[in-house]
Amino acid sequence: MSELLQFLLSGVTVGAVYALVALGFTIIYNASDVVNFAQGEFVMLGGMITVAAYAAGAPLPLAALVAIVVTAALGVAMNKLTIEPARGAPVVSLVIITIGASIFIRGAAQLIFGKQIHTYPAFSGDDPIRILGATILPQSLWVIAGSVAVFIGLWLFFTRTLLGRAVLATSNNRLAAQLVGINTTFVMTLSFALSAGIGALAGVLVTPITMTSYDVGLAFALKGFAAAMLGGMGNPKGALVGGFLLGLLEGLTAGYISSQYKDAAAFIVILAVLFFLPQGLFGRKSTDRV
Amino acid sequence: MTPKNATLLALAILIALSPIFFPSSFYYRVGALIFVNALAVTGIVILTGWAGQISLGHAGFAGIGAYACALAPVHLGLHPALAVLLGALISAVLAWLVGRPILRLKGYYLAVASLGMGILISMVLNNERDLTRGPDGIDVPELGLRALLKDAGLDLSNGQFWYFFCGIVLILGAWLALNLRDSATGRALRALHGSEVAAKTVGMDVARLKLQAFVISAVYASISGSLLALQNKFITPDVAGFMHSVEMVTMAVLGGVGSVAGAIFGAAVLTLLPQVLTVFAEYEQLVLGLVMVLVMIFLREGVVPSILRKIRGRGE
Repeated sequence: MSELLQFLLSGVTVGAVYALVALGFTIIYNASDVVNFAQGEFVMLGGMITVAAYAAGAPLPLAALVAIVVTAALGVAMNKLTIEPARGAPVVSLVIITIGASIFIRGAAQLIFGKQIHTYPAFSGDDPIRILGATILPQSLWVIAGSVAVFIGLWLFFTRTLLGRAVLATSNNRLAAQLVGINTTFVMTLSFALSAGIGALAGVLVTPITMTSYDVGLAFALKGFAAAMLGGMGNPKGALVGGFLLGLLEGLTAGYISSQYKDAAAFIVILAVLFFLPQGLFGRKSTDRV
Repeated sequence: MTPKNATLLALAILIALSPIFFPSSFYYRVGALIFVNALAVTGIVILTGWAGQISLGHAGFAGIGAYACALAPVHLGLHPALAVLLGALISAVLAWLVGRPILRLKGYYLAVASLGMGILISMVLNNERDLTRGPDGIDVPELGLRALLKDAGLDLSNGQFWYFFCGIVLILGAWLALNLRDSATGRALRALHGSEVAAKTVGMDVARLKLQAFVISAVYASISGSLLALQNKFITPDVAGFMHSVEMVTMAVLGGVGSVAGAIFGAAVLTLLPQVLTVFAEYEQLVLGLVMVLVMIFLREGVVPSILRKIRGRGE
C-alpha cells in the first residue's frame, strides 16, 4: 500500500511538471495554432540559467527570477525572429521552424553551459516528509504548488482581465479580433512570453529533484505534448489534468514495470489517444473551414 | 530530355566521374556516406515534400534496418542481403501500424508520434543489452558481394566497392522515387499537399495516400540504415537517435524538400561539412537548427529548386 502511494507521489510530482509544459503548449497553440516543439527547451533554459546565476553568486530566489525573465525574453525573441516572418506558412514549415529553433537553443546551451549535469539546492531542504509510510520531498510540494498556482493565475487572467480575453478572442478568430481593435501581434508576443516563462518556472522548480543538462528539453517537449493531447489540444483544464494523469502513469510504469521504460508511457499515451479519442478528454470536435 | 531523366543522368555521371578528382581513397568512404544519407533523405522528400507530412523519428527505421543486418544473420541464420529485406519489411509494417491511426489527423500529429516512436526504438536498442549489446554497439557480418565480384574478375578495394554499390542503390532509389512522382499516386500526393480539402472533394482517399508515403519513406530509411551498418561492419544505437532524424530532415530542407536532386545536394553538403570542418562537431546542433529556420523563412523551397528557378528565368 505504502509502495503504491510512493509511486503515486512521485508520479504527481513529475505530472505537475508535465502539466506546466502542457499549459505552455496550450497558450501558444491557442494564440497562433503553432505547435511549439521548442517548449521543452524553455524548461531546460529555466534550470540552466538558474544554475549559472546561482554559481555566479546570486541568491537562489534572484537566480530563479533572472532565469524566468531571461527565458521569457528569449521566447519573445524566438517569436519575433522565427514565427512572425513565417506567418501563413503551412503546418509542416512551422513544425520545421520550431524544431530548428529547439535544436539551435540546445546547441547554444551546450556551447555556453557545457555537457555536464547540473543542479542546485532544494528550496526548503532535503528532509523527506512522511505520509502514511511513503515519503515526499519538500521540493515536490513546491513543484505541485507551482503548477496549481500557474493554472489558477492563467484562469483568472483569461476570464477576468481584458487582456486575457483579447488573447482568447484572437485564438477564436484572428481577423475578427483585429477588426475590433485587438493588437494581435502584441497578443502573440505576450503568449510567447507567458509560455516561455511558465516553461522556465517548471525548469526552476524541478531541477533540484531531477537535475538538468543541455539535452533534457526534448523529453519534456514530448511529454508535455502527450499531456496536452491527452487532455485535449488547446484546453488549459485538459493540459492540467493530462499532465497529472501522464505523470501518474509514468510513476506506476517506473514502479511496477520497468524504470528503464518509464519514458515509453508518454509514447503509448500519444498512440492510445490518437487511436481511441483524437479529441482528448476535454477537447471539442473540430472541423476544417475551407 | 525530360527533367526526370536529366536528374538521373546527371547523378550517374557525377557518381561515375567524381573519383577522378579524389585526392585520397578516404573520399570513397565519404562518397558512400553521402549516398547512404541521400537515400534516406529521398524517402523524406516523398513523405514531406510530396505528402506534406513530417517525421521526427525516421532514424528509428534506419536503426531497424541497421540492427536487422547485425542480428538476423547471427540469430536467424539469414544471409545479410536477406536481412536488409527483413529490416525493410519490419520498418514498413511498423510504419503502417503507427501511421494508420495518425494520418487521418492533422499535420503535426505524425511529427509527435514519430518523435515518440523514434525515441522508443533507440531506447530499446540501448537497453536490451542481451540482444543488442547496448550503447557500445555491435559487429555486423560481411555482405560478401565484394568477394563474389573478385571471383568474377572485378577487384575493388573496400572503399571503392561501397562507393559504387551505394551509388547504384541511390540511383535506383532516385529512379523509383521519380517514377512514383509521375505516377497516379504521386500526382495525387502532390495534389493533396496543395489542398487537402480539394483532394478530398475529388474523391481521393487522403489518409491512405499519406500512409503509403509514410511506409515507402520508412523503407528508404531502413535500407539506408542497413547499408550504413554493412559498410561499417559495426553499428551503435546512435543510428536510431533523435539527432540522426533531425539530420535527415535538415538535409531535405536545405536542398529542397520537394526535389530529389535537392535531397542529394542537401545530403552531400551536410555530410561533407563535418569532414571538412573538424570543429563542426561542436557546433553541429547550432548549425542544423539555424539551417532549418533560415531556409524555411527565406528559401522555403530549398536551395536547389530556388537556383533552378533562377536559371530558368521564372523568377518571382
